[in-house]
Amino acid sequence: MKISIASGKGGTGKTLVATSMATSLASPGLSRIKIADCDVEEPNSYLFFSERTLLERKECHVTVPVIDEAKCTHCGKCADVCAYHALAVLPETVLLFPELCHGCGACTIICPEKAVSETTRAVGEIFLARSDGVEIIWGELALGEARTTPLIKAVKDLAKGEMVIVDCPPGTSCSMVEAVRGTDFCLLVTEPTPFGLYDLDIALKVLENMQVPRAVLVNKSGMGDRKVYEYLEKRNIPLLMEIPFDRKIAELYSRGEVFSEKMPEWKAKFAGMVREIEEMIS
Amino acid sequence: MKQIAIVSGKGGTGKTSIVASLAALARGRAVYADCDVDAPDLHLILQPAVMERREFYGIKRAFIDSEKCTQCGSCQDACRFAAITDFQVDLALCEGCGVCKLVCPAEAVEMRESLAGYAYLSDTRFGPLVHAELFPGEEASGKLVAMVREMARDLAASRKLDLILIDGSPGIGCPVIASLTGVDLALVVTEPTLSGEHDLERILDVAVHFGIDTAVCINKYDLNPEASRRIEALCQERAIMVAGRLPFHPSVVKAIVSGKAVVEIGGPVGQAISEMWSVLEKQL
Repeated sequence: MKISIASGKGGTGKTLVATSMATSLASPGLSRIKIADCDVEEPNSYLFFSERTLLERKECHVTVPVIDEAKCTHCGKCADVCAYHALAVLPETVLLFPELCHGCGACTIICPEKAVSETTRAVGEIFLARSDGVEIIWGELALGEARTTPLIKAVKDLAKGEMVIVDCPPGTSCSMVEAVRGTDFCLLVTEPTPFGLYDLDIALKVLENMQVPRAVLVNKSGMGDRKVYEYLEKRNIPLLMEIPFDRKIAELYSRGEVFSEKMPEWKAKFAGMVREIEEMIS
Repeated sequence: MKQIAIVSGKGGTGKTSIVASLAALARGRAVYADCDVDAPDLHLILQPAVMERREFYGIKRAFIDSEKCTQCGSCQDACRFAAITDFQVDLALCEGCGVCKLVCPAEAVEMRESLAGYAYLSDTRFGPLVHAELFPGEEASGKLVAMVREMARDLAASRKLDLILIDGSPGIGCPVIASLTGVDLALVVTEPTLSGEHDLERILDVAVHFGIDTAVCINKYDLNPEASRRIEALCQERAIMVAGRLPFHPSVVKAIVSGKAVVEIGGPVGQAISEMWSVLEKQL
C-alpha cells in the first residue's frame, strides 16, 4: 500500500506525520516500511533518523540534446520547435539552456541535418538509507535546477514495497501531483487557521481531479479557529486524527526527534490510523 | 525601483504573516506580489478589492482527433512522458512538447492552450496587490509567477511606487527561482528546527548561485535557542545579516484568524517585525 502525505500549505506537519507513521508501523529487524521523501527541493524526513545507514546513493539523470556544430547549418528549426525555449540559435552557434529542457526529443526529430544527438545530465541525487525497520528514500534537487518531476519519479521508482509512505512537497502544482500520482490514498495534513483551510481546499480539488481517496489530519489543533472542522463536516470528509498544538511536540520536532517515539502513546494512534486507512480503501 | 522577495526553503516558517506586516509598515509606498501561486494566502490578510482579472494560459497540451487518427502508434512510441495510451492523451501527464504532433503522419494532433488560472490587480488597505490563482494541479507555476511579477512592476511604475514586496513559495525549484531572479534582496525566513536549518542552507546556496543579496529572519527563535545560535553562527560565517529575531507567540495565530497583520494587533512579534523593517529599509 502506498499512502501519500500532502498538504497545500507548507509547514503543516507532513514530515512529522510521515516519520511518526513509519516508526509506529516498523518492527525492528524488518525493513518493510519505506518512506519516499518526494519533497526533493527540501527533503527532511531522513534527518529524523540519526542512526541511519546509507545503503545507496546515485545521480538522477535526464536527457539533453547535444548539437554537432560541424553538421549544424543554424537553420533554427530546433529552437522553433522547442516548447520550453531551451535552445537559441545564433548565426554561428546554438545555445542550450539545460535547466529549461524537458528532454522530449523534438529537436532531435526535427533537425534536417541529423546534427542533434542526446546525452544525459545529472539534476540531483537519490539516496536510500535504513534505520531500525524503516527504509528512507529521498531525492535532493541540485541547486539552481527548476524541474523536480524527474527526481520525484526516480524516488518513487526506488521506493517499492508493501508499505510506502510518500512525503510530498507542499503546494498543489506539478510537484505535488507527481508525488501523489499512483498512491492508493492521500492523507492531507492541515492546521486550523484560515491559511490552512484555504490551501486544504485547493489540495482537495486536486485530489478530486486525480480521483485519489483522501482524508484529513488536523495538526496543531486548538491553536486557531473551528472553520476547518465545519468545512470537513459539511463536505463529509473524514478527519482521521488531531495532533494538539503543544510546545513539547514542537520542541521535539525542532531537535529532529520523531515525537511518537518520545510520546509512545501516539504510536498506537498512528498504527490505528493506518488500519483505518486500509479499511477505507479495501 | 527596489524588489524584496520573502522566501524560506522550508514551508510554514511564517513568510506570509511577515509579508502582511511589512505591507502594513510600508503602507502607501509599495506594491505587493503574492508569488506563492499554488498556495496563495496573502489575500486572506490583505483582503483585496479586485480591480482587474487577467487570464493565464499555461502549457499547451496535445489533443488527438480520433476521426483523423489512423492508430499507427507513432505518437505513443515517440512520447517520452508516457502520456498517450490507446491513442488518447492523458492531459495530466502531457508536458506539451509537441513531439506527437511532429511525428503524426495523419495530422491528427493539435496542440491547444487552455486556461490555467487568473492573475488579479487589486487594491488593499496597505496599497496595490497583485495575486493569482493557479487552477488545481496545473503546471507552469513559474510562468504565472513571472506574470505576477511583471504586473507588479507595471503597477509600481504607473503608480510611481518604488518598492515591490514579493511573498514567495517554499522550496528551491521553479517557482522560487522565478520569484528570486532580479530582486535586490531576498529575506529568508527560517525557524530554529533541524529541518529549518537544513532548508536554510539550501535556499542560501540557491541565492548565492543566482547572485542575490540575502538577509535572514529567525522566526520562533526562542523555540530552540541552541538551534537559533547555530543559525546565527552560520549567518556570521557566511557574512549574512540576521535582520530579525521573532519570538514564538500566540499573537501570530490570533492575527491570522482575525484577518489582520501581526503589527496591526500589536504584541512582541509585531514589535520585532517593526524593528526588522527599520533594518531592512536601511539595507536598501
